[in-house]
Amino acid sequence: MQIGSNFPAQIPEGPLADKWTNYKNKINLVNPANKRNIDVIVVGTGLAGGSAAATLAELGYNVKAFCYQDSPRRAHSIAAQGGINAAKNYQGDGDSTYRLFYDTVKGGDYRSREANVYRLAEVSANIIDQCVAQGVPFARDYGGLLDNRSFGGVLVSRTFYAKGQTGQQLLLGAYSAMNRQISRGKIKMYNRHEMLELVIVDGKARGIIARNLVTGEIERHSAHAVVIGSGGYGNVFFLSTNAMGSNVSASWKIYKKGAWFANPCFTQIHPTCIPVSGDHQSKLTLMSESLRNDGRIWVPKKMEDAEAIRAGKLKPTELKEEDRDYYLERRYPAFGNLVPRDVASRAAKERCDAGFGVNQTGEAVYLDFASAIERYGKEQAHIKGMDENDPAVYLKLGKDVIANKYGNLFQMYEKIVDQNPYETPMMIYPAVHYTMGGTWVDYNLMSTIPGCFVIGEANFSDHGANRLGASALMQGLADGYFVLPYTIGDYLSDDIRTGKIPTDSAEFDEAEKAVKDQLEKFINNKGSKSVDYFHKRLGKVMWDKVGMARNEQGLKEAIEEIKAIREEFYKDVKVPGGMNEYNEELAKAGRVADFLELGELFAKDALQREESCGGHFREEYQTEEGEAMRRPEFQYAAAWEYKGADQEPEMHKEDLVYKDIEVKERSYK
Amino acid sequence: MKLTLKIWRQKNSEDKGKMVDYQLDDVSPDMSFLEMLDVLNDQLVGKGEEPVAFDHDCREGICGTCSLQINGKPHGPDSLVTTCQLHMRKFNDGDTVYIEPFRAKAFPVVKDLIVDRSAFDRIQHAGGYISVNTSGNTQDANAIPINKDDADKAFDAATCIGCGACVAACKNASAMLFVSAKVSQFALLPQGQVERERRAENMVAQMDAEGFGACTNTGACEAECPKGISLTNIARLNREFLGAKL
Ligand SMILES: Cc1cc2nc3c(=O)[nH]c(=O)nc-3n(C[C@H](O)[C@H](O)[C@H](O)COP(=O)(O)OP(=O)(O)OC[C@H]3O[C@@H](n4cnc5c(N)ncnc54)[C@H](O)[C@@H]3O)c2cc1C
Ligand code: SF4
Ligand code: FES
Repeated sequence: MQIGSNFPAQIPEGPLADKWTNYKNKINLVNPANKRNIDVIVVGTGLAGGSAAATLAELGYNVKAFCYQDSPRRAHSIAAQGGINAAKNYQGDGDSTYRLFYDTVKGGDYRSREANVYRLAEVSANIIDQCVAQGVPFARDYGGLLDNRSFGGVLVSRTFYAKGQTGQQLLLGAYSAMNRQISRGKIKMYNRHEMLELVIVDGKARGIIARNLVTGEIERHSAHAVVIGSGGYGNVFFLSTNAMGSNVSASWKIYKKGAWFANPCFTQIHPTCIPVSGDHQSKLTLMSESLRNDGRIWVPKKMEDAEAIRAGKLKPTELKEEDRDYYLERRYPAFGNLVPRDVASRAAKERCDAGFGVNQTGEAVYLDFASAIERYGKEQAHIKGMDENDPAVYLKLGKDVIANKYGNLFQMYEKIVDQNPYETPMMIYPAVHYTMGGTWVDYNLMSTIPGCFVIGEANFSDHGANRLGASALMQGLADGYFVLPYTIGDYLSDDIRTGKIPTDSAEFDEAEKAVKDQLEKFINNKGSKSVDYFHKRLGKVMWDKVGMARNEQGLKEAIEEIKAIREEFYKDVKVPGGMNEYNEELAKAGRVADFLELGELFAKDALQREESCGGHFREEYQTEEGEAMRRPEFQYAAAWEYKGADQEPEMHKEDLVYKDIEVKERSYK
Repeated sequence: MKLTLKIWRQKNSEDKGKMVDYQLDDVSPDMSFLEMLDVLNDQLVGKGEEPVAFDHDCREGICGTCSLQINGKPHGPDSLVTTCQLHMRKFNDGDTVYIEPFRAKAFPVVKDLIVDRSAFDRIQHAGGYISVNTSGNTQDANAIPINKDDADKAFDAATCIGCGACVAACKNASAMLFVSAKVSQFALLPQGQVERERRAENMVAQMDAEGFGACTNTGACEAECPKGISLTNIARLNREFLGAKL
């Protein structure tokens, strides 16, 4: 079925650049007095949910916000390192709204919705203004003005940053805006609460069932609209750069209640992460893409050197320049080390699969700062009138420059790997990082359930098949600060006479019962294996068969294997402790149960998409040089509709139409 | 390596709690401290016992969720790291490791090693913000240049992760380092000037109301802070606070 008939994408008419303005001029507004009678639930207080909660409360709605951590300040957004994009053109290097729009659509391999992406680019500049007004301490130059850096896949410097802690600073900004509203009583914050079900009354989202993670109590919360900003689902792979608690459950619950889930197979594997060190590994650590501004990626040119390095007989610093293969610079001279993530990840895998990997497992490549240290050091020596040919002088100065830019990342690396990256190149390997897929939403950011909005990484959003670096923070804050507050108002203007939504209805009874039944099932299941045991097995199938390279046979196998793991999970999982207490194993069991369903849909989506695009690489569809082969017949978003436990989900297609951008082959050569 | 773990077990906030001994073999030096606890918990679940509850999320030293008093030190023996970044290579075969929750009156134990740090949030509600609405009409971000030195100092103060190690390290369980970090961030920036005095006063009042102790300048907080938040922030807070009172 085509999207457009019963669930139109609601894209406003008119020229691309005017759509958002026209839309805002025409929507219905809710007057301030009426806003006081309207409740909104926001699930998730990361950048998307936190900024939405604060803004909706400023506007006058009564907001109830939920997060599973003990404070909104700890949402996974806190971990974002490198930066946030905005089309400010402060560097005068030719940036513009159109260029940011263009880069994002191209970077996403022409699999995102044109009108949404343009709006994102349009509001991006406002985000920086807003954050600075909140006191977010972005990096500045000596003139006191904001500094920028470059990220992959673009030719301008439009990334604003706060050392390697940009996400932290932006989240603390949103958290401070929330705190102001909490102190005014306009946000009621429910920390350590997990949403376990959506409640639909007369076809509209009207509340949630949540579990208090400290007491175990099951609670009913009602509202006139429900906003989901619960983040991405990368943890379906078990190992990822996501926080340990990141999960798909909120999105999955609404999927099973009728919200379509789009493009689950579009996952970003980030090229620069610290490689896996052993079976005990619980998560993977990102080394920000910003490092590719100054780091050069290489492996040995000769097989015997690679073997010697792996055997510990040769050090990377001993290898001569001509014996190194800077394979990104070689293959992609125009973008070099700054090609987009999907391209860089596949290139690393290609070299390692060919036997040139540099750690014991053969799954690592080098990220080397030696030439940047030399270049910066000489520049500084020159400025300071010191001897720019004396290595002792320039190495010291160069290291200072690097420390100033990336100090915390270097420290993080050293603590984990026990090697000093100022002296020897970092070892890195791709890891699961971000999910472009998510709940299908229309231009209003509303799912196919009326009144259920989805924002941030949780929606299928603006990034198509591959997200550009520093664009997730931009999207989360755009959704929460500048888009949702308008679109939800238009929806809520119908609700000014509704009055409080009661929680003693049959719909709430039923939803609560379903939640309790599942929890009881876990507690009473006297199985023999821990939740993690199943999660790790799922992760292995996902990584081996639904990971960086996929093929028909592997995907078909994965679908069967995941089903089998799921069945075994329900028979044999062991959850100690009780329901009415703090019980992390119980919370994990619920999350893994949902991952075990999502994993299957994920593989099905990858199977139907018989092309390679962005982060989705089907081995059957590649060019002679091994580049992704996109196919025009797949220029659609695949939105899946749940049909029941034992039924096949139905796939709907949203055709993606590009009027303002020419669909070209995506080349970074 | 083999370790003896002595871990604080407490069923809930009412329970009295006690130290319990565990033996753990096959600990790899490349494991993080929390991965070591994962291994222990997996074994406990296997035996049908309740796993040790501890707080954690990002596991990369930025969310501030993990805590733990390890051998008497908040976040353990290594400097400038959180517990999740601490690696077992800092320990030796045969070691006995004491693992307790952060102790402070204002941080009641929730379960085992988990404490309730919501007092920190309430201090932030009292003034840890700049009152600006999200209108889309704020002035251009480059309209007010900010001296790089001040911007850098504000940033350094803003890197506090709200973990509470400073409180756990302090014999008075004072929260001054945490409060001073936020107050300093805003005091150093032009945007923070309008509410400057009110902010310092209100946040300090809330800190006192939560039952944190007084600061007697012992500096233990700075020594144990995983983010290296500097004592100069406390000096600045004292000036701000006095300024507000004058
Ligand atoms: C290591 C790392 C570095 C990154 N660096 C960058 C970068 O430099 N630039 C960039 O643009 N992007 C970056 N990203 C991506 C970006 O950080 C995320 O995409 C973005 O922060 C997601 O924000 P969010 O608000 O959608 O979700 P999150 O920040 O993940 O927030 C999710 C919220 O939902 C809550 N929640 C989840 N499930 C439930 C539930 N069932 N019930 C109640 N609450 C729930 C959580 O408690 C949390 O509050 C990075 C990502 C990682 C992993
Ligand atoms: S000041 Fe340091 S120790 Fe205290 S909460 Fe902040 S980061 Fe933790
Ligand atoms: S778990 Fe996030 S700081 Fe340790």
